[in-house]
Amino acid sequence: MKKIITRNRILTLAALILLGGLLALAEGNLDPYKLRVLNLCAIFTIFAVTFNLIYGFTGQFSLGHAGFAAIGAYAAALLTMTPEQKVANFFLQPIVPLLADIQWPFLPAMLLGGILAAIVGFLVGFPALRLRSDYLAIATLGFGEIVRVLFVNWQSITNGSLGLKGIPEHTNLYWSWGAAAATVFIVKRLVDSSYGRALKAVRDDDIVAEALGISLAYHKVLSFTVSSFFVGIAGALLANLISTIDPKVFLFFLTYQVVGITVMGGMSSITGSVIAACLYTVFLELLRPLEMSFSLGPIHVPPLPGMRMVIFSALLLAVILFYRQGLMGRREFSWDGLIGKLNGLRLRLGRRESSSDEVSS
Amino acid sequence: MTALLEIDALTKKFGGLVAVNEFSTRLEAGELCALIGPNGSGKTTIFNLITGIYRPTSGSIHFDGAEIGGERPDLIAKRGIARTFQNIRLFEGLDVLNNVLVGYHLRLKAGPFAAVLRMPGYVREEQMMVAQAQELLEALELDHLIHEDATSLPYGQQRKLEIARALATKPRLLLLDEPAAGMNPEESNDLMRFILHILETFELTVFLIEHQMRVVMGICPRIIVIDHGEIIAEGPPEAIQTNQRVIEAYLGVGEHA
Repeated sequence: MKKIITRNRILTLAALILLGGLLALAEGNLDPYKLRVLNLCAIFTIFAVTFNLIYGFTGQFSLGHAGFAAIGAYAAALLTMTPEQKVANFFLQPIVPLLADIQWPFLPAMLLGGILAAIVGFLVGFPALRLRSDYLAIATLGFGEIVRVLFVNWQSITNGSLGLKGIPEHTNLYWSWGAAAATVFIVKRLVDSSYGRALKAVRDDDIVAEALGISLAYHKVLSFTVSSFFVGIAGALLANLISTIDPKVFLFFLTYQVVGITVMGGMSSITGSVIAACLYTVFLELLRPLEMSFSLGPIHVPPLPGMRMVIFSALLLAVILFYRQGLMGRREFSWDGLIGKLNGLRLRLGRRESSSDEVSS
Repeated sequence: MTALLEIDALTKKFGGLVAVNEFSTRLEAGELCALIGPNGSGKTTIFNLITGIYRPTSGSIHFDGAEIGGERPDLIAKRGIARTFQNIRLFEGLDVLNNVLVGYHLRLKAGPFAAVLRMPGYVREEQMMVAQAQELLEALELDHLIHEDATSLPYGQQRKLEIARALATKPRLLLLDEPAAGMNPEESNDLMRFILHILETFELTVFLIEHQMRVVMGICPRIIVIDHGEIIAEGPPEAIQTNQRVIEAYLGVGEHA
């Protein structure tokens, strides 16, 4: 037993080193477009894993992701932009003096983005999480829209619908994948703890959970706050990746994508969320040619912006209709599972060749 | 000496419907008491009032000397009242062991940070929870099913598991809502022995709703009969069996005559 745990630790460490090496290789050699796609993969991984924490593991259908991402994004953007950029951006109405001269390094700015999102998540969660299913969805959807409208109108802080331009491009693969790895690690640890059991109990039957002494408010708000924190971080990464943000980046559409990804990956599977987030981001880029105009012999097709989303929606529909479990269902990746599979494969191959092969552990 | 559970003039109204009317009783520590009555007579409502799912319209519920009427269900559970449900309600997504482990969560002292960081204090508590859960499952002869899906168990075992989960909260008062429902005679015999067994080993007080008279008459020294939310009889099995009002309530004699 101990041996297996040590083996798995070593394998995890090796995988992390390998991942780090691959990221370093990618960071040095890939063109900016491909790098951006890889960064987006990590950001959507964070979005999906955190949505899974709230919905897949706690059973609370919250649609506030875009709002929390906006908070993290604006906080990090305003804290990392140079004073000159702020002057250039805020030409309609000057920025509040408090923020005008501030310029922080990326890490504290990103963390503060996460903390602000978590605080708002905590404050919103308390009343909102008393609601059930549909009502919670409507309330959190409203919250996301309120944040957006607030940011459109809060000229002296957010620069309104003009948005923020020239945000320093701090986000690289180390930041984005580092944050994604931290999110996966913490969410997985939380879900596998006694608190995670309590969250799943709340998800499966809240009345029974409460009768067993589990405080519904505490555990729902816990899940919601942790999730909001990482969504804020992801928002910060996004802002410092695309370098230009405005309130339209954080339309409900963003949340909709996250819900779609998580459902496709499988509710209550972190592995599924990670895989689906990466597949979705890459897939969406691969489909880009669909939106351009092209000619098939004599037939000329005009550009069709939004075509990709039609396909995404169709795919989501297909998953829900025919493959409700998503890619992974509730299963998770584990070294034991992988090694078991490999052993099975080897056994089958070995039996074909000779009979001397034995199971070794 | 005060009773463990003391209910006084408990009333619950749903709009114009009086579900429970001026219900009063006392349960001494260590007692096994049954609550019976025809369908819709208010038995489960009384359980829901004791466990905080409903707020009483009037009247009081004292547990161990403290007023608990209308308190939040999780706080009542922490005081030491656990229950099972009429229709078995196990956590579908969890296996047998984890269903029981959920019951230990309310005693966890380590916070979520300590849990995520797997601090020594948390790890120790978690190991203790698992050990206790295994012990409990062993004592209830469910240990061979430890990694089975809770909802894939045979009916009788699911009932037992639900009781095990309630016992994990280490209650002093256990409320069982129709534990023998849907059981054949052999299974309910088994259940009777099981209830007597846990009553003794876990030093419990048990309040039991049951429709199967065999079970009620077989093990409960005291029976409370209610109809339309009011107590119509109370006493030992022999007295209840011959009580005219009880027979009328169940068979409707007199009303249709």
